[in-house]
Amino acid sequence: MNPLAAAADRGLVIQLSDITKTFNAGKSNEFQALKGIDLEVALNEVSVFIGPSGSGKTTLLSILGCMSRPTSGRIWLNEREITSLPERFAAQTRRETFGFIFQNYNLIKGITVLENTMLPAYPRGIKYRVIRDRAVALLEKLEIGSKAREPVEHLSGGEQQRAAIARALVNSPSIVIADEPTAHLDSALALRLLDIFAAFKQEGKTILIACHDPLVFESAVVDRVISMRDGRIVENDH
Amino acid sequence: MDFTLSSLWRRKLRNLSLLMVYALVIFLVSSVTFFANALRKEAQTVLEGSPEMIVQRTVGGRHSLIPVDYAARIDQIRGTSSVKPRLWGYYYHPASRSNYTIMVPEKFSRPDDTVETGAGVLRTWGTLWEGKMYFKAHDGEALLLKAISTMTAETDLVSADLILMSESTFRKISGVPEGHATDLTVHIRNQRESQTIARKIVQALPDTRPILKEEIIRTYTSLFDWRAGYVIVLLGGAVLAFFIFAWDKATGLSAEEKTEIGILKGIGWDTSDVLIMKFWEGAVISICAFLLGVITAYVHVYFASATLFEHALKGWAILYPEFTLRPAVNAYQLAILFFLTVVPYTLITIVPMWKVAVTDPDVVMRH
Repeated sequence: MNPLAAAADRGLVIQLSDITKTFNAGKSNEFQALKGIDLEVALNEVSVFIGPSGSGKTTLLSILGCMSRPTSGRIWLNEREITSLPERFAAQTRRETFGFIFQNYNLIKGITVLENTMLPAYPRGIKYRVIRDRAVALLEKLEIGSKAREPVEHLSGGEQQRAAIARALVNSPSIVIADEPTAHLDSALALRLLDIFAAFKQEGKTILIACHDPLVFESAVVDRVISMRDGRIVENDH
Repeated sequence: MDFTLSSLWRRKLRNLSLLMVYALVIFLVSSVTFFANALRKEAQTVLEGSPEMIVQRTVGGRHSLIPVDYAARIDQIRGTSSVKPRLWGYYYHPASRSNYTIMVPEKFSRPDDTVETGAGVLRTWGTLWEGKMYFKAHDGEALLLKAISTMTAETDLVSADLILMSESTFRKISGVPEGHATDLTVHIRNQRESQTIARKIVQALPDTRPILKEEIIRTYTSLFDWRAGYVIVLLGGAVLAFFIFAWDKATGLSAEEKTEIGILKGIGWDTSDVLIMKFWEGAVISICAFLLGVITAYVHVYFASATLFEHALKGWAILYPEFTLRPAVNAYQLAILFFLTVVPYTLITIVPMWKVAVTDPDVVMRH
């Protein structure tokens, strides 16, 4: 059996092979953020990357999410190699496969919650009304439907995060990537977020989280904790 | 497009100020263009029906009355088809403190005590006595002439102050003696012979000065072109200043805007999606400014008589302080104006965006 068929058979959605990432290559400030990462992510799995700052969690998530390319190594997504996709196809993969929840939410100020939620869907050429209905439904589901017409800066931290989650889901991605999602949340809101992640899992989504909050990586919803240090995976617990 | 519009609205103060300055520049440039076009067209319309040549007599280097019998001598010159004496002059009416043009048309079918007036005359003349206008004849005698405003002249420019009357009434008012006329109009069979005929007229009648229609048209055209060019050169500075302003405003990407582009790329926008959005932002501003500027200029020139420019652009003795220009829009000039303003502006906003939009989206992960 060839390796890709074997991966499909095992329900893998992402495979990384010997991934490295070097910043400022050839310069005096050259820095190797990832050093030979091998990783397999299974379908419908909740994986949490833990590790101190600078351990390479965010860099790994950005490579997994087609936001940046590795310096060397190969990546497969659903049995298709995506290592060095042209920018256009990388963007297409990003918007059709992944939903991103950023550490600082990264909502665009000055426009409404609804408009922010609709943003990832615009380049797909879907009808405005369809996108709007989908965004409204998501906001309702996340219990911030009443805030849809308000500018995002009027929202509380928890509401902003739910707006960011709605935005991440508007294109119905199969994989959700969240970078330090509980960094600005109190315990109650963090637990609520974990409930949302549990619901994603129920829907069959694969979830990748970078986090060093024990509340998250000790949660029952998490299937796997991957410890990172100095650009390497040091522990991989199922 | 929806996001483009809300994105523009977010920075409404900056974008509105940009739009206003931009529209002002378009307004100034298109006002000058419209105005010069309208005057040129007006002058051409006036001169279209005029004779190929006018012959004046000069005494002491100045225009003087011409003996009517000169017409017969000019008529003998080969190539002329008709020569007619023309009676016209100016009448100063103290009550309205204005000068009016008085003239005897080729065919005037009304009685001697009746005059036909242009649209502006009755409005400015002052009080009429039982529908009659008071004139003071050349010998001081008072004349009351029945006024009929009949002229729906081809152009306001010449008829606004025009009073038409019979020959005998004209001579009474103006004092032009019998046997004399203001000038002679000469119609020529073949336009190309006009120079030769003019030379022959001067040879036969050395105290005359022939004025060719083509010379008048050329003078008008070059005068208006020169004046328009002069104003446009002055406006050139304003246009340049605007582009520096626009470059600064439109291209000076704030850290916030850079982050936004990063976010858009991060959530799945392609470089081309970002550029298309920014293209539309620039296009919306410049097209709005173009339409606003051109429409305001149209109103300014054709409905408000180009109040801002009349001193620079009129200044020609035959033009009167009050007249409404007839719209004369040259689509070719508008197209040039469009391509010289909308296209460069849109481009200068795109180029710096491109630099930011091609950067890797993972910067947003580190924000």
